[in-house]
Amino acid sequence: MKPSIFGYQAPTSIDEAISILAGDPDAVVLAGGQTLLPAMNFRAANPSTLVDIQHVADLRGIEVGADVIVVKAMTRHREFELDAEVARVNPLVAEVMQHVAHVPIRNRGTVVGSLCHADPSAEMPLLLVLLGGSVIAQGPSGQREIAAEDFFQSFLTTARERDEIITEARFPVLSKGAGWAFDEVTRRHGDYAIVGVGCVLSLDDGGRASRVQLAACGIADTPVRLNEAENTLTGTVLGASDLDAAVAASAAAVTQPDETHVSQTYRRRALGTLIRRMVTTAAQRATQMETA
Amino acid sequence: MARTMKAAIPDRSADAEVDVSMTVNGEAVSRSVSVRMLLSDFLRHELGLTGTHVGCEHGVCGCCTVLLNGRAGRSCLTLAVQANGYDIRTIESVAAADGTLHPVQQAFKECHGLQCGYCTPGMVMNIVARFEEPGKLDLSDEGIRDLLSGNLCRCTGYLNIIAAVRRAAELLGRA
Ligand SMILES: Cc1cc2nc3c(=O)[nH]c(=O)nc-3n(C[C@H](O)[C@H](O)[C@H](O)COP(=O)(O)OP(=O)(O)OC[C@H]3O[C@@H](n4cnc5c(N)ncnc54)[C@H](O)[C@@H]3O)c2cc1C
Ligand code: FES
Ligand code: FES
Repeated sequence: MKPSIFGYQAPTSIDEAISILAGDPDAVVLAGGQTLLPAMNFRAANPSTLVDIQHVADLRGIEVGADVIVVKAMTRHREFELDAEVARVNPLVAEVMQHVAHVPIRNRGTVVGSLCHADPSAEMPLLLVLLGGSVIAQGPSGQREIAAEDFFQSFLTTARERDEIITEARFPVLSKGAGWAFDEVTRRHGDYAIVGVGCVLSLDDGGRASRVQLAACGIADTPVRLNEAENTLTGTVLGASDLDAAVAASAAAVTQPDETHVSQTYRRRALGTLIRRMVTTAAQRATQMETA
Repeated sequence: MARTMKAAIPDRSADAEVDVSMTVNGEAVSRSVSVRMLLSDFLRHELGLTGTHVGCEHGVCGCCTVLLNGRAGRSCLTLAVQANGYDIRTIESVAAADGTLHPVQQAFKECHGLQCGYCTPGMVMNIVARFEEPGKLDLSDEGIRDLLSGNLCRCTGYLNIIAAVRRAAELLGRA
């Protein structure tokens, strides 16, 4: 199908883009269009005006700092996936991005667009929550930083005000020696995850987990940090019984109801399997660190 | 009941028009089109380049894949106006002017990588884009399946297309 009638603006500055959004309650940002245009072709979305931000020079590029990777709004999935500096400071990024759609979609879709869309089964929101990252929102009244756990509020709903633009996302780098892993269960390669799990962990010189970060997508109306499982695993040698306890501790995090193709029980089992595998892989990749 | 709808019919379309200019297959083109015109429709209806096929119009089937500034992308998920200033390449640009097939097309022919041909333009554009990237190609079954994963074919069963990708790599000295 074809989209219904709308207007189009192509601002070249962030301020200009914000003032268009502020002046029209039904105007929306157009980034890569890989979610918005299918929705408009189906007429599930009928914006009055599209504010195409691809010509705003300040919204392009990736900056790798000492602690965070700054991903500007127009950075495409594929740029994030293939950036050599990003891979050096955070090898988890490429592992996650390979699971997103297919290359032609990744060439056009933006990382920040995926965060703003906030599909609870999507990989990039999970990555931001797992790493404890944040986004910068800019609106008529200025800029604010929103932490990942506050940004994702419910299904397709974020803390962004409608006249705010997310100018960048901030993904923390991995600490030295940290191990990482991400995998997901899907019906077809390139689909959104039925369940996806990411893990980052550090080991002390005795092989015990000194810090564990675990998060999942597809199990609730937002991506979820699995705090109970993290606490259960911290301080352990990540043995079989520790993993059993972590899996048991995360069962209640699965709140997504039964759907035609996937039951809640199935998601819970998939979550358990992925937790075991991701923690084990991350532990194998971690280097044991001298603790002070 | 008599239909007295006349007053409700506007005398002008509310559909806003916009000037777009881009390079398509090496030629500069400019048109004034509706802002809601998809790039796929721009190529097919405005330029008559009907080799770019349209299946689903929501990004899933891949048969509308063209090269946008050298990278494969969905023309059904791109507005013509978004492609303003871009360099676009379609299937019509792939064979030589004298009709000599591109090695990827030749490989599809040799390996019977097509039946009805509906999916073929998108397949070929996607594969050509990957072959133009520098670096080693992953010609394992899994690597080729990943490359083709965003293009649906309802005829061939894919195995001949996988063979065609390998054959194309041979023909291009990339095997
Ligand atoms: C066939 C197909 C398969 C896909 N598979 C996956 C998958 O497996 N996993 C996955 O995660 N995604 C998948 N996607 C979605 C893809 O990742 C999208 O590109 C992404 O979700 C949205 O990014 P975009 O730049 O295209 O955003 P757009 O479509 O341009 O925008 C999406 C929404 O975010 C808003 N927005 C965008 N940028 C900003 C900004 N800077 N500030 C404020 N608001 C903004 C827009 O107004 C809109 O509401 C798939 C898409 C397709 C077509
Ligand atoms: S028509 Fe564009 S992907 Fe199907
Ligand atoms: S050859 Fe018919 S769809 Fe692929």
